Amino acid sequence: MSGYWAGILSILAINIIFAYGIFIPVASGQLNLGGAGFQAVGAYSAGWLSASFGLPVSVTIAFGVIVTGVIGVLIAFPILRTKGVYLVLATFAFAEVIAGAILSSEPLGGAMGISVPGYIDWYVSVIFAGLVTVFVFYLMATRFGLTIRAIHDDEDVSDLMGVSVRNVKVAAFGIGAALTGLSGGLYAHSFSYIEIQGFNALVSIYVLLYVLLGGTQTAWGPLVGATFFTLLPEALRSVLPATKNFLVTLFGETGIVAPPDESWRFVILGALTVLMMVFRPEGLVTRTMVERLQFWRPANRGVTQ
Amino acid sequence: MLLLQQFVNSIMLGSVYVTVAVAFTLTIGILNFLNFTIPTLFMIAGMMGWALSYYGLPLGLSGPLPWPIALMGAVVLTIIASLIVERFTFRYLKTKYGDSTEHAIPLVSSLGFLLVLENLVRIGYGTDSRRFEGPDADLTMNIGGIFVRVPQLVSLAVTVVIVLGLTMMIKHSRIGRGLRAIAENPDAANILGVDTRRIVPVVFILTGLLCGLAGALFAINYGEVSPAMGEDIGTKAIAGMVIGGLGSIWGAVLGGLIVGLIEMMTVHFFGADTVQVMVWGALLLTLLAYPSGLLGHNTIGKGKL
Repeated sequence: MSGYWAGILSILAINIIFAYGIFIPVASGQLNLGGAGFQAVGAYSAGWLSASFGLPVSVTIAFGVIVTGVIGVLIAFPILRTKGVYLVLATFAFAEVIAGAILSSEPLGGAMGISVPGYIDWYVSVIFAGLVTVFVFYLMATRFGLTIRAIHDDEDVSDLMGVSVRNVKVAAFGIGAALTGLSGGLYAHSFSYIEIQGFNALVSIYVLLYVLLGGTQTAWGPLVGATFFTLLPEALRSVLPATKNFLVTLFGETGIVAPPDESWRFVILGALTVLMMVFRPEGLVTRTMVERLQFWRPANRGVTQ
Repeated sequence: MLLLQQFVNSIMLGSVYVTVAVAFTLTIGILNFLNFTIPTLFMIAGMMGWALSYYGLPLGLSGPLPWPIALMGAVVLTIIASLIVERFTFRYLKTKYGDSTEHAIPLVSSLGFLLVLENLVRIGYGTDSRRFEGPDADLTMNIGGIFVRVPQLVSLAVTVVIVLGLTMMIKHSRIGRGLRAIAENPDAANILGVDTRRIVPVVFILTGLLCGLAGALFAINYGEVSPAMGEDIGTKAIAGMVIGGLGSIWGAVLGGLIVGLIEMMTVHFFGADTVQVMVWGALLLTLLAYPSGLLGHNTIGKGKL
């Protein structure tokens, strides 16, 4: 396995875990635009523990997950009192406060970042991504997953039917934060170096777009969205220069052609987002689509009972 | 005396935030839509102003333009960009099922536009900051020991005039009445004869105008533009809008000035590194403790996005 593919696979695995961490609150109807903040908490608590005390990787990552989960639950109580635009802004503000706090903190390296000694290979992240995927699929199949979906569709009705809306929302937020922290810890140890500029507002935006474009109705959505948009830039990396070369030779030019700008990848991601929102706002994978693609169908589906 | 000078500076700084914050609060108050392209529009105004005064019109139609004409052209271009954003983020998007994340569709779409526009500018003009050759810069007045730069004074006056004009327009004109009706209830406004499809673009024209003017004034005042200039101003304008109260124009004015004051005082007492924590901390506290802000209505932005 070359270093290039190992790097892509670990970033893919980390992005999938990250996307699931955002997916669980979004599936219960709470847009979380502060993903980078939670990921930074996970990455910095794991990285700091590893750099300062030299503890083994398993301990530091577990510590990162616990810290992020606890912070997620603690922040969930006040944050979930807000709704709609206020919730989006509050999570966004939370991420900015975290980034600012880390930036002005001496022990965490400030703007210099910290290098993380414990190194993990790519397959560790991939195994974790597999486990998280299975866990989220299981979670969405349980009664808890059902209540999450119910709250997403209609909060008041679920409340009337006896769902404890607040507890479910806080739990969803906390689990999501813990998963995001896991992705942060894995990131810190996979790339051996973290700086706060790597956890900026754009990262929160990207991961939310992965989840929403993949679809929030089923657990397939984040998997598809994160995989597609992590691999798309890599595919474009080879396709774009080839296209440009082809176009240039069409016009009869010879010689070395400068490779196109990296920014085109983000233009394409943004344009796809706009188009998806116009034509298929519920996301790529929907519940009906999954049901149609199933080979084995439950017998009573669609029959009046 | 130094403190008084800082106070004057903070008002000058705040006046840029005020203009952008009013643009934010207008779209959120009337359309219930958090428009994330506003910082990008601000940046486009600055960069286009620079490009027109540096290169002149495209295709060699003219040489470099003098700065006032270049800035006027930039404002027009920003309004056009804002109308394009309206086409794709708002016009065709109708919610189908009414569940809680569907209201986020325009918001997500505007995030897509943020990526597209920002990266297109980066591709076209590179990522460096550029010197904007404005009026001969050292016009400084000395009022009793306090130094005030004339361009800043002019931009403060322009801001005040815009906000007053906007308030008058919304209160007294026919279009303003339509806008207030849409803010109250879009469907009812439509039934009662407000032509929503013709009135909604007015909001986006105003957004483009406000962002364009803010960008132009920024270019004159600081003499420097860059593709990244929108992020900092945009996020602080959001903070100002929330502190003042969502949907209230005078709230945005007050909030923008307060953010300018917080920023200057933080720099004065604690140094530049803690600005982010202070500004966003104030925002987070406002959201959690007093979500309607100083002057806001507590109905706007609740439950919907």
